[in-house]
Amino acid sequence: MLGNDAIARGLLESDIDVATGYPGTPSSEILVSLASHTLSGRKKDKFHIEWSVNEKVALEVAIGASWAGARSVCTMKHVGLNVAADPFMTLSHTGVNGGLILISADDPSCHSSQNEQDSRVYAKFAKIPCLDPQSPQEARDMIIYAYEFSEKFKTPVLFRPTTRISHAKADVAIGEIAPREKHPEFAKDMERFVVLPKHTRVLLKKLNAKQEAMVKALGEAPWNRLELKSGARLGVIASGVASAYAEEALEGLGRPVSYLKIGAYPVDPALIKELARNVEQVLVIEELTPFIEEQARMYAPNVLGKMTGDVPQEGEFDTLLVANIIRKAAGEPILKNREVRLDFELPARPPVMCSGCPHRAAFYALKSVFKDEAIFASDIGCYTLGTQLGAVDTCLCMGASITIASGLSLSGIGNKVACTIGDSTFIHTGIPGLINAVYNRANITVVILDNRTTAMTGHQQNPAMGANILDEPASELSLEAMVKACGVESLQVIDPLDLETSKAAFKKAYDTDGVKVIIARQPCVITAKKMGIRRRPLEVIEDACEGCKRCIKFGCPAMEVRNGKAFIGDSCAGCAVCTKICQFGAIKARGA
Amino acid sequence: MDRFDLLIVGVGGQGVILASDIIGRAAVVEGLPVRSAETHGMAQRGGAVENHVRIGCKYGSLIPAGGADCLMSMEPLESLRFARYLGPKGIAVINTEKIVPVTVNTGKVQYPEIETILETMKGLCSEVKAENYTGLAKKAGAVQALNVVMIGAVAKYLPIRPETLKDVIARSVPPKTVAVNLKAFDLGVDA
Repeated sequence: MLGNDAIARGLLESDIDVATGYPGTPSSEILVSLASHTLSGRKKDKFHIEWSVNEKVALEVAIGASWAGARSVCTMKHVGLNVAADPFMTLSHTGVNGGLILISADDPSCHSSQNEQDSRVYAKFAKIPCLDPQSPQEARDMIIYAYEFSEKFKTPVLFRPTTRISHAKADVAIGEIAPREKHPEFAKDMERFVVLPKHTRVLLKKLNAKQEAMVKALGEAPWNRLELKSGARLGVIASGVASAYAEEALEGLGRPVSYLKIGAYPVDPALIKELARNVEQVLVIEELTPFIEEQARMYAPNVLGKMTGDVPQEGEFDTLLVANIIRKAAGEPILKNREVRLDFELPARPPVMCSGCPHRAAFYALKSVFKDEAIFASDIGCYTLGTQLGAVDTCLCMGASITIASGLSLSGIGNKVACTIGDSTFIHTGIPGLINAVYNRANITVVILDNRTTAMTGHQQNPAMGANILDEPASELSLEAMVKACGVESLQVIDPLDLETSKAAFKKAYDTDGVKVIIARQPCVITAKKMGIRRRPLEVIEDACEGCKRCIKFGCPAMEVRNGKAFIGDSCAGCAVCTKICQFGAIKARGA
Repeated sequence: MDRFDLLIVGVGGQGVILASDIIGRAAVVEGLPVRSAETHGMAQRGGAVENHVRIGCKYGSLIPAGGADCLMSMEPLESLRFARYLGPKGIAVINTEKIVPVTVNTGKVQYPEIETILETMKGLCSEVKAENYTGLAKKAGAVQALNVVMIGAVAKYLPIRPETLKDVIARSVPPKTVAVNLKAFDLGVDA
């Protein structure tokens, strides 16, 4: 079972009422898994599930449901919690009624993220307990515990898996889906649900007052476990997935080491003190920030960790790395890291836009009109890979394309400024930026790359698609109407696979002042295939090919150079943009 | 308990996840604990992908460098990229059909000769088994069955019975493609 499926299983067994979220690697499969259960399950098992417009919206919907007594869950990736931080920080004050778990999946090493922030820090910041699973099994078990805890203490719980939990598979023991008695009701309580200053001052006192009881309860749960070994001079503290690596290393170490496994925060100081009393030195192994380490330094005199340079400050850990950190601290010989040296350069294989991807065509047309002198702001999505066409110069966070472009254009530089943003990202946080650009007279070209899906995270539905998370018909947001409502006067809609028309549209935008929007609309090539759209693949007429490599520079993975001439492989999706790029008419449909 | 660390590598879109999924499920059917790690998200878009499968393991899902008993490489170049995971006593099973990365097409760097790749790999482990498994997948009836052909090719090294693998394959692939995939498995076993 995938870690995210194990989390979903724990949610199902908790008989949840409302599930919300916004897609983001590595969290996306949790709601996908719940949705497939909702579709296949019995009617009485059904609950409300939605892809929300963004993480702040998702959390607030979950909070509303919780206040009415519903068990709710809200899923997102770590950077999504930045977007949801506003409701999150005050939610701890008001508390919850129905259990509420916020799942924020961290991504050490940034496998698919713009940074590697540590969600545990948010939990501490908001005074909310946090659970940090070691394995898919523990993830499932913790979810069930988290609802009981949340309802007992009327607190939200932050659940923090990492990539190697969410995207790990393991054998997982599961339980029955136990139906609960449900009586949804919102009991009005202004002093709690209306956070006027005079109310929150009281709420903060109550929040602080319950911390001790929560810490004590978490200390008694199985997630934090102290194992003292007689004769041990070293004590290891390890958390989350790093504790799985640590346990494997300790098994093969051959000398006694005391061990404190951490899976729940805040950590009861008594556990750390007890460990410190029994060993000479404490080693803290955790991914991301020195979160436990900072606390350990308050109670233990001799602590090794990130702050002493004994544990890496960045990136995810692995079995060998953790084994050697422990072996070094324990005075055992370190295990050899296998390195392979080659006497030639190994070609890199970076991710690329798919063959037939409409984004590549849009970037090509954009770049051919705006040229290198222009500055291209972009956003979060598959299209960030437009760097490969030299058409992405900036990418900061969700929705930051239009706003960064605005700032660039208003800075006094003379360059033309264009930006690209996907359909889902535009809806997520792009719209306020567009309103602002028009309102404050930026001079930019905004390209909405509308591929009719949320592609990079696995093709989730969004409001512009006319379908909801269950693929039921839903109200379809008109991007054209939205753009016009923002006050944009110059709006064009193009099919990016039609290269000539696209170039003409970009030229018009290039020559116009103010905020110009071009919606480049063409379904993602992966969903197009699933929808049954078949385009005939292409081939190169060898005699006509001059070997100029113009088509190769388009960067399509289906194209390669063979014997100095272009060659189109089996992965060709038939978008036919290369037939327009070739000046010699050397590319044609196969068999034509 | 039988412990076996298998690293499956290839190019995003080749079906690496399904391959590790089938082997992982088969291990569970046989009552073995299993841990695996997958590549999702952006790296899936035609990038190099690695899936770790640890059979008989109850700890973390990542294989230590030099620890893999077998490397199943669905593309020749990728065997070199991930060779550091393979133990000196390990076995490499390598598909010889190339997928040329964009960095080679744009002329930045050359794709090494297949012979060079295989010779280098032979120096790094105890046995290299190389075939054009893509050709066998086509012979079975679908190039998409490459992952199942290669499961067949590594089957004899795994602590899992071939019948269990076949059962799980039949339950894991789209119903219309069961016959093609079972044939693909057999072609992989015999290769």
